[in-house]
Amino acid sequence: MKCQQCEKPATFHITELTEPTGPVMVHLCEEHARVYLSQESADSPTNALAGILAKQLKLEQTAEQLAKLDKKTCPVCGITFAEFRQEGRLGCGYDYVCFEEDLTPLLLNIHGAKTHRGKRPRRASGSPARQHRIIQMRREMQDAISNEDYERAGELRDQIRDLENGQDETVDPGSARSSVGSSEASDSSAGIQEEKNGGEIEG
Amino acid sequence: MKLEELASKCGEWLRGSGPEPDIVISSRIRLARNLAEFPFVRRANADERSQISKKVRGKIESIKEWDHLLYLELQNMDEIDRQFLVERQLMSREMADSEGDRGVAIDTEERFSVMVNEEDHLRIQVMCSGLDLNTAWETINTIDDLLESRLNYAFHDNLGYLTACPTNVGTGMRVSVMLHLPALVITREIEKVFRSLQKINVAVRGLYGEGSQYMGDFYQVSNQITLGRTEQDLVATVNEVVPRIIEYERKARNFLINESEQDLHDDVSRAYGILCTAKKISSEETLHYLSKVRMGVNLGLIRSIAIETINKLFVHTQPAHLQKLRGQQLSVADRNIERASYLQGHLGHGGQANSP
Repeated sequence: MKCQQCEKPATFHITELTEPTGPVMVHLCEEHARVYLSQESADSPTNALAGILAKQLKLEQTAEQLAKLDKKTCPVCGITFAEFRQEGRLGCGYDYVCFEEDLTPLLLNIHGAKTHRGKRPRRASGSPARQHRIIQMRREMQDAISNEDYERAGELRDQIRDLENGQDETVDPGSARSSVGSSEASDSSAGIQEEKNGGEIEG
Repeated sequence: MKLEELASKCGEWLRGSGPEPDIVISSRIRLARNLAEFPFVRRANADERSQISKKVRGKIESIKEWDHLLYLELQNMDEIDRQFLVERQLMSREMADSEGDRGVAIDTEERFSVMVNEEDHLRIQVMCSGLDLNTAWETINTIDDLLESRLNYAFHDNLGYLTACPTNVGTGMRVSVMLHLPALVITREIEKVFRSLQKINVAVRGLYGEGSQYMGDFYQVSNQITLGRTEQDLVATVNEVVPRIIEYERKARNFLINESEQDLHDDVSRAYGILCTAKKISSEETLHYLSKVRMGVNLGLIRSIAIETINKLFVHTQPAHLQKLRGQQLSVADRNIERASYLQGHLGHGGQANSP
C-alpha cells in the first residue's frame, strides 16, 4: 500500500478513534506519519477546546457581541479574549476572574462542573490581589523600558521588590498560615477586583 | 554528564514488577501547578521565564530528601539528550521541542520528574511499574506538599489549581495507565472496547501520547476531566476501567490460543526470528515485532527471555537511546544497523549475551 501523501510505501496505519463519524484509517509513510502525529499531539487539545468554544459562542452571541468579547482584555497580563480563543491557553491566573462569565460555560462543557472538590493548599499562599498586582507591575515595567522611561521602570522595580518581599514565602514549612494582607497592594491594584471568597466552597 | 549512566540503566517503571505486568506497563500521574506571582508560561517574557526556573530550581534543590535529583537546564542541552529524556518518558515532546528557559528535575531512579516551564510552570509526574495508581497518587501527593510548602501556587477558592489550559483546571491532575493490547488489535476488537470507554470520560491515546495503533500496540488510558471531582475519585475512575480492558485483552489472548495457537506461535516466532537475525531494522518495525514477542513471552510461547528485557528494548531501541548507548551521532541508516546489532546482543542466546 502506498502512502496517502506520496509515492513511498505506507508503513504507518493509523486509526483515528475520536472522529465523530466513527473510526477512520490513515495510511502513511514514516515521514508523513511523523508530521501527522506531531501535528495531532500538539494541536488536538487546543483544537477540541477551540471547537467547543466556537460552538458555544455561536449559540449564545451575535457577531457584534462576539467582536466586543474578543476585545476584552485582562488588566493583569494583557491577553485579549481573541488571543485566548486562538491559542487555547490563558495568560495568567487572573484571567479566570476577568473572563469568568465567558469561561464558566466552557468549564461546564469540558468538565461538567464548575467547582473544585479536590485537594487544597495546606497554607494560604497570600493575597491573590497582591500576586496579580506583581504580575501587572512587571508588565508595566517592561512597557516603561520599551518607552525608555527608565525613571518609571526603576520606581516600578523597587515597588515590585517591596511587594515580593512583603510576603513570607515558606521560611518555615511547618507554619500553618502566612500572614499577608497588604492593604497597600490592593489599593494600588487599579482594575483588579478582589476575588470572590467563600461562596460555594465544598470540602 | 550523568545521562550516559542513565542510558544503560533501566527505569524503575520498566521493570515489570508491579501488578498485572503482562498487560499494564506503567501507571503515571501528573499534576499541573503554577506560581501565583507570574503570568503563565506562554505569556511570560524571557526574563520572567528565567526568574521562574531559577526560583523553582532553587526550591527543588533546597529539599533535603531530594539530594539525589538531577536538574537539567534544557536550553543548554543538545537535541539528542532532550530526545533521550522524551523516549525515557521523563518529559514531554513539547518540552523538548519548545524554546527558552526551561528545565527538568529527574529522580535518578526514574520514579518521578518535575518539568519547569512546560505549558504550566510546574508539571510534576510520578511513574510506577504495572497497575499501581494508589502508590502513584500517594507519592505525587507527598511531592506536591513538599513543593507547595516552599512555593506559592496559583489557587482559586472555587476553581482550584489554576492552569494555562482550562482543560486542566481544578485538580490539574492527569492519571494515565499504559497498556499493551496486542490481542485486541489482532482480533480487531480494540475499537469496540475504546468506543465503549468514551462514554465514561476516559481518553485513550497511543504510546508517547500519539494516536497511532502501530507503535507497538501500546495504549494510554487517562481521565478526561480534572474539575469537580476529588483526586481519589479520578484515580478510582481509571482504576475501575483498566481491569475491564485487561479482562478483554486476556479473553482475546485466550481466544487466539484456543482458536489458532499454531498461527499465533508461528507469528510470534517469526517476529522473534527477525529481531534476532535482521542486519538493519527501523524503529517502527522493531516496535511492531517486539510487541508480538512480548505477547509470546507472556503467553509462554517464548520461554527464553525475561519480560524486563523486552520492556527495556522498547525504550533502548529508540533513536536517541541508540545514539547515547553508542556514544555518537548516527544517521538513520546507521541507526538501523546499530539497532539490529543491539537487538541481537540482547535477544540472541536467550537474551543472556552481552547484557549489561
